[in-house]
Amino acid sequence: MTLNGWLQILFFFALILAVTKPLGVFMAHVFNRERTWLDPILRPVERLIYRLTGVDETREMRWTEYALAMLLFSGVSMVVLYLIQRMQAWLPFNPQKLANIEPSSAFNTAASFTTNTNWQSYVPEVTMSYLTQMAGLAYHNFVSAAVGIALAIAFIRGIARREQNTLGNFWVDLTRATLWVLLPFCLVGALLLVSQGVVQNFKPYDTAKLIDPQGQVTEQVIAQGPVASQEAIKMWGTNGGGFFNANSSHPFENPTPFSNLLEMFAIFAISAGLTYTLGKMTGAQKHGWAVFAAMALLFWIGIATAYWAEAKGNPILSGADQVASATQSGGNMEGKEVRFGIANSALFATITTNASCGAVNSMHDSFTPLGGLVPLANIMLSEVIFGGVGAGLYGILIYVVLAVFIAGLMVGRTPEYLGKKIEAYDVKMAMLNLLIFPLTILVFAAISSVSPDFGTSQLNNAGPHGLSEILYAFSSGTGNNGSAFAGISANTYWYNTTIGVAMLFGRFLMIIPMLALAGNLGRKKTVPPSLGTFPVTTPLFTTLLVSVIIIVGALTFFPALSLGPIVEHLLMQAGQTF
Amino acid sequence: MSKAEKKLAIWNAQIITRALVDSCKKLNPITMMKNPVMLVVEVGSVMTTILLLRDIATGAPGIGFALQITLWLWFTVLFANFAEAMAEGRGKAQADNLRKAKTETIAHRLLPNGTTEEVPAPRLRRDDVVVVSAGEFIPGDGEIIEGVASVDESAITGESAPVIREAGGDRSAVTGGTRVLSDQIKIRITSNPGETFIDRMIALVEGAERQKTPNEIALNILLAGLTIVFLLAVVTLQPFAIYSSAPQTIFVLVSLLVCLIPTTIGGLLSAIGIAGMDRLIQHNVLAMSGRAVEAAGDVNTLLLDKTGTITLGNRQAAEFIPLRGVDQSELADAAQLSSLADETPEGRSIVVLAKEKYGLRGRELTAHEAHFIPFTAQTRMSGINYNGREIRKGAVDAIERYVSTNGTPAPKEMREVVERIAKSGGTPLVVAENHRPLGIIYLKDIVKGGMKERFDQLRAMGIRTVMITGDNPLTAAAIAREAGVDDFLAEAKPEDKMALIKREQAEGKLVAMTGDGTNDAPALAQADVGVAMNTGTQAAKEAGNMVDLDSNPTKLIEVVEIGKQLLMTRGALTTFSIANDVAKYFAIIPAMFSTAFPVLNALNIMKLATPQSAILSAVIFNALIIIALIPLALTGVKYRPLSAASLLRRNLLVYGLGGVIVPFIGIKLIDVVIVALGLA
Repeated sequence: MTLNGWLQILFFFALILAVTKPLGVFMAHVFNRERTWLDPILRPVERLIYRLTGVDETREMRWTEYALAMLLFSGVSMVVLYLIQRMQAWLPFNPQKLANIEPSSAFNTAASFTTNTNWQSYVPEVTMSYLTQMAGLAYHNFVSAAVGIALAIAFIRGIARREQNTLGNFWVDLTRATLWVLLPFCLVGALLLVSQGVVQNFKPYDTAKLIDPQGQVTEQVIAQGPVASQEAIKMWGTNGGGFFNANSSHPFENPTPFSNLLEMFAIFAISAGLTYTLGKMTGAQKHGWAVFAAMALLFWIGIATAYWAEAKGNPILSGADQVASATQSGGNMEGKEVRFGIANSALFATITTNASCGAVNSMHDSFTPLGGLVPLANIMLSEVIFGGVGAGLYGILIYVVLAVFIAGLMVGRTPEYLGKKIEAYDVKMAMLNLLIFPLTILVFAAISSVSPDFGTSQLNNAGPHGLSEILYAFSSGTGNNGSAFAGISANTYWYNTTIGVAMLFGRFLMIIPMLALAGNLGRKKTVPPSLGTFPVTTPLFTTLLVSVIIIVGALTFFPALSLGPIVEHLLMQAGQTF
Repeated sequence: MSKAEKKLAIWNAQIITRALVDSCKKLNPITMMKNPVMLVVEVGSVMTTILLLRDIATGAPGIGFALQITLWLWFTVLFANFAEAMAEGRGKAQADNLRKAKTETIAHRLLPNGTTEEVPAPRLRRDDVVVVSAGEFIPGDGEIIEGVASVDESAITGESAPVIREAGGDRSAVTGGTRVLSDQIKIRITSNPGETFIDRMIALVEGAERQKTPNEIALNILLAGLTIVFLLAVVTLQPFAIYSSAPQTIFVLVSLLVCLIPTTIGGLLSAIGIAGMDRLIQHNVLAMSGRAVEAAGDVNTLLLDKTGTITLGNRQAAEFIPLRGVDQSELADAAQLSSLADETPEGRSIVVLAKEKYGLRGRELTAHEAHFIPFTAQTRMSGINYNGREIRKGAVDAIERYVSTNGTPAPKEMREVVERIAKSGGTPLVVAENHRPLGIIYLKDIVKGGMKERFDQLRAMGIRTVMITGDNPLTAAAIAREAGVDDFLAEAKPEDKMALIKREQAEGKLVAMTGDGTNDAPALAQADVGVAMNTGTQAAKEAGNMVDLDSNPTKLIEVVEIGKQLLMTRGALTTFSIANDVAKYFAIIPAMFSTAFPVLNALNIMKLATPQSAILSAVIFNALIIIALIPLALTGVKYRPLSAASLLRRNLLVYGLGGVIVPFIGIKLIDVVIVALGLA
């Protein structure tokens, strides 16, 4: 570890801290339908959209209607994406004449992009036409992120409102999240990326003659495309699906340390801002910061562990010089880009799995066991450390409800969260939400790990590392992360289908109880705060929340992890790798 | 039954014996269905028992370990049942005492022709009228419609001093099983057999009618959810273990599961609830539902009647203040004369003050020489006509009117004195003779000792106290200041009380109050916690959700504390139970896989001797902790009047952090012992 490395991490965090309030205030204005400086341009567009689609923007929805609208919208969008993939050979913007995509992969990809996962079991540059990338994938990058933000806002309204049956209008929230939040941010983001050398064109792929031919191979195909526009929303929307297979380690996606910082910033910014929006819309600003602090604490635990593990390198490589110096990064550089080095690779890996982004600038499969445990554990904590746009916030709020319920009793009152009594129905919905995650991950991973025909046969590594790969694949899918541990050939019928199902479960089966909880909270009376009220604004609360997240996550996954990365780490210490 | 007897020792031999039997009876899976956590343990125990029998039959190795695991799993279930049986046993012991009061009595039922017939008490129906004479037991709950009697209610209150019950007014209710000591009364029966107060009490303390309370249901959902999570973690661990070439036996997997699921709180949850009700009963308060006890913990606002709750029963005459030109003894004499026939406590205190301060003996006045003028709502004065003297005493307005009928207005000085007294929290009573004002009697409210401190404690817990009084706002403000309540409602009529409750509830607050009169009934029903006084009317008792047998309105504060203690105990043990799992993982996971991966011994931070001893120690700890925590579950965690923030800090430290650390020590100790005993 170097001072320079720590300073870069600190600088990144300071940036996020700095934008939390302005972004949070901005989003509160947008979703409270208050005036913002973008109104003169966007308000007419918004009105036009409502006129064309027949949406009555003043009409409020109950949670059931909100959920139904969201499911309907996601369902139709998913079918459209499936059809585009299945027919891309006959559609325009396909200079490489790429073929139609086979059904299980098309299903997997449709599920993946609808759920904001962006798990890619295919190699994009040799699979997806420009049309599929733009009209199919990039469209979902926008709307799946906007759905996430809308849901978080609906949840906040449930907490903030008293004795009301409605949570807002899904179509309005979706439109405003896209128009006011994602589009402007991405416009600026894309331009900045272009300035760093990210490509943006519709050209066929280039062919370059190799200066130093490698045997038979004398030329290299260089993929092209409208990359910058997609890269921006890939980060701002915590989607993570790369234009190229190498994702953000590809020089056309992420050419410079500045573009790298920009991309990491974009992953966290909206999610961090939403914690402030939570405080603002509920009138409990300190609570918003307490939630932010819990996320920040978990982020620092992760990055410190990952950076430490990667900088320490591999003890078995006794001959290699793994000490950081002016001329080399030191540590475990396998699978990492030289232009990012240890600190920025560990940081990117931590951020992308804190949030449910899934973009990568290094290969998580090549991390040391403990360094690789960090991304896996981040996902297994259900990505509530800032998390996916919207999804991170409503995810951590479920934990807040549980923490308040478990410890709230200890103050001698029926647990209250910001004046809302947490009762049987609320606990039931929170537990349902909590159950989906281990159920999906553990059951699919367990079946895969004892099925040589379709499960373990796809592993490239044996032993504990192979188990980590299986666990990572289903965690990434269920958690809607989308990053891969690689090392597993997932483009098979079994994995395409099960991971596809896992992504849909991890998104929609968790959203429905969440919305039911929000709807129920909104109907409740609010008990005014007093000295007897359970405090949700103090450092003590932050500590409690972090403990509950870690304990629930650890208790669920520790047995599985002990046979994966933990034993792998101990074996590495004893001189054995996989 | 004295109060001392009511407090049962925790480890009462008789209760334990009965609980031991009951805990085996509770193994019935249908009974266990109510408790999903323990049902899972029981199913696990059955599985290991079957496998154990198979192993014994086939002579498989490792019988000793399998046998011990199986036994301790059964113990886990039994210990949890024992906890519940202990809590119920304490209730049953009290119910037995109550049953003794339910002796078979013969009632004298009044017939339409005016004669009575003898019928056994159980044959009485609602609206029958019975006659009860001195020395007889009252055959059922009812209301006195004629007569007055002193009644021994010790059977239900434990208080041996007899109480007066009379027809009409707020002291007309009588309870079946109590005994008339003097006089004869006519009672209209108000409940059918089996629904009487004592029947309800027995059912309540026995827990027969016990239904899960809202918070208990919510907690059960959480525990069931966690159990499913752990079931998933353990069931899927086997495939992962097979992948890692380290398959596990069912004994080990069931052990892991039982250690992880929240058996501690799952086993003690119903005991905590029963014990909470039991604590209320020990305070002589009957809660008609567990829901009310929980609501008591949540109360935001306490409505307290001034008289009897905040101040000592009644106002006392403290001083005679003569107007200019009036001799003090003249005033004292007039005041005493006017009060001789006044049987109110205030009236009596005036006679006493005159006697003590001015040596005026109470005089026996016969009706022919004196004519008493009773207080009426119209005149708002009382007094006496005696030997041509017309003495009146009353509120200042009434006396002013009385004085001015003579043509001369009352002196300004009178108003000044009156206002001064009112401002200092006293009640002025003006005395006049033959339309001439003499002076003012200063009636003072005596605030009970220690009330200020209690209100401070309540405030620290975030509970607002509101004093309800019929006094004028000035007097009310002064007493409110002296007593240290947060707010007051002056000149309160029953409908004002109701409006205040509704207003508070509209803000989302929970309100508790006490009441005894029929006109309190609507407010008692509206309040979230309504404690009716046992001396109160039947209507009040039916409207409230608790009855205080001691009829002590101050007890509302204890009721709130018991409610809070109940919730705190649940929260503390839930937190403790979940925190315990950390240590159990460190005991069991390395033990499971250290054969396949010896490096995993690095996680064996407790340095437990062998894999078998580690797993066994965790299972034993898990079972014994239930027994160890029974006293805490029954007595509740210590209640402290602190703010939520400090309570949380304290309890998180004790039960959260403590819950992480204690099992590390406990498991290690058990491991040392079983290794020393050669058990593993």
